[in-house]
Amino acid sequence: MTARIVLHDADITRALRRIAHEVLESRRGDGRLVFLGIPTRGTVLAERIQRIVDEIEPGTSSVGSLDITLYRDDLARTPTRAPAPTRIPDEGIDDAIVVLVDDVLYSGRTVRAALDALADHGRPRAVRLAVLVDRGHRELPIRADFVGKNLPSSMSERVSVRLADVDGVEEVTIEP
Amino acid sequence: MKHLLSTRDLDRATAVSILDIAEDMARTADREVRKLPTLRGKTVVNLFFEDSTRTRLSFESAAKRLSADVITFSAKGSSVSKGESLKDTAQTLQAMGADAIVVRHHGSGAAHLLAHAGWIDAHVLNAGDGTHEHPTQALLDAFTMRQRRYGADSRERDLAGMRVVIVGDVVHSRVARSNVWLLSTLGAEVHLVAPRTLLPSGVETWPVTVHEHLEPALALGPDVVMMLRIQQERMHAAFFPSGREYAREWGLTAERFALLGPDTMVMHPGPMNRGLEISSAAADSSASTVLAQVTNGVFIRMAVLYLLVAGSSEERA
Repeated sequence: MTARIVLHDADITRALRRIAHEVLESRRGDGRLVFLGIPTRGTVLAERIQRIVDEIEPGTSSVGSLDITLYRDDLARTPTRAPAPTRIPDEGIDDAIVVLVDDVLYSGRTVRAALDALADHGRPRAVRLAVLVDRGHRELPIRADFVGKNLPSSMSERVSVRLADVDGVEEVTIEP
Repeated sequence: MKHLLSTRDLDRATAVSILDIAEDMARTADREVRKLPTLRGKTVVNLFFEDSTRTRLSFESAAKRLSADVITFSAKGSSVSKGESLKDTAQTLQAMGADAIVVRHHGSGAAHLLAHAGWIDAHVLNAGDGTHEHPTQALLDAFTMRQRRYGADSRERDLAGMRVVIVGDVVHSRVARSNVWLLSTLGAEVHLVAPRTLLPSGVETWPVTVHEHLEPALALGPDVVMMLRIQQERMHAAFFPSGREYAREWGLTAERFALLGPDTMVMHPGPMNRGLEISSAAADSSASTVLAQVTNGVFIRMAVLYLLVAGSSEERA
């Protein structure tokens, strides 16, 4: 069987726009927002969400990326991979509301690593999690605050997010 | 990559990726918490059969920044004959469960022997073997050159088009050997300058241009001038008439330094013999990268330790 498209490019755009609004609504008070994407595709998504937020409320947010390679819990079981760059905005993350952004939420282990990495950069006022797709099957007590699409899947299925900036096409697919 | 024994084993892609990972490691130095959990639960042994301050401290601090446990073993002065002592020590460390062994030894090829004799399973990092190789020094030199030349735009680049002049005691220098292989792999043009007595036999087969005098090499407008340390401890014969004459003919004197281009880097692996191979005017100038080299050494060693020790040692099917 071939891959089934579950989100087209327009759906992805709409989901990111909705996430941006939800993030702004949930921000109580005047907290500074820092969107940190988890490379590779999380970084792209974080930049897009922040751009939308910046259109609505200019100057209240910034964006960067947070690589988690050196914090993974499966380092000893997999071949070594090269880390991707981490870019923290100049203002830092102390007392900011950090929104971690990733493409797919699955076991939760990536987010666990990201929380550890984040703690080494400073102490945010709060940390939120935004994902384009939540496919379930958590192995850790972690949940997302903002979800583009809940996608019930079986563990044998393969969920792929492709973004124009990275892959040339824009779609989310699921294949058996 | 199981071991790091020689820069000859590194192809361009591997070398560039080590430099890129070192960039990431450098980025962690100005964070609130500098330590990374990457090698938690791993044991790194520093096995030093020969004096070294900065290399040992550099490896130690690199391993600690990655949360490894570090054991330092200085075997200097051991009366046991060389081969046996290396083997016995290696087996002791194996029994203690070392994941990586950083070895410095006065015998050329000691690191290779340790890696391939079948005594141990640990990863071996050559931290200098006799007059053979010192790969992490060459990597940190290449990193420093790339960093100075390209700054924040360094990632994924090699050293193509850079002209590097290496001056001095080539015959005793493992730094020079490691640099020759690595820099030419990275596309740099390498020139060696040394009195004939300090050139190794077989140098004509190296990917370098050899000069006997310093002036013609400096006249080429090099991007980098790397001065090697005169290794008096390895000189048991007269290689040149006197220190003063050496300094006059092959030293980077204040006069020669003044003739260099404004962007030429002056490098030295340290410790420096001021007034012999390098003048204070050159060593303390803004062209000098000596302290940057020390700082970058930690990042390069973090990168190498990460690449060797973090992943699974077995190739995955």
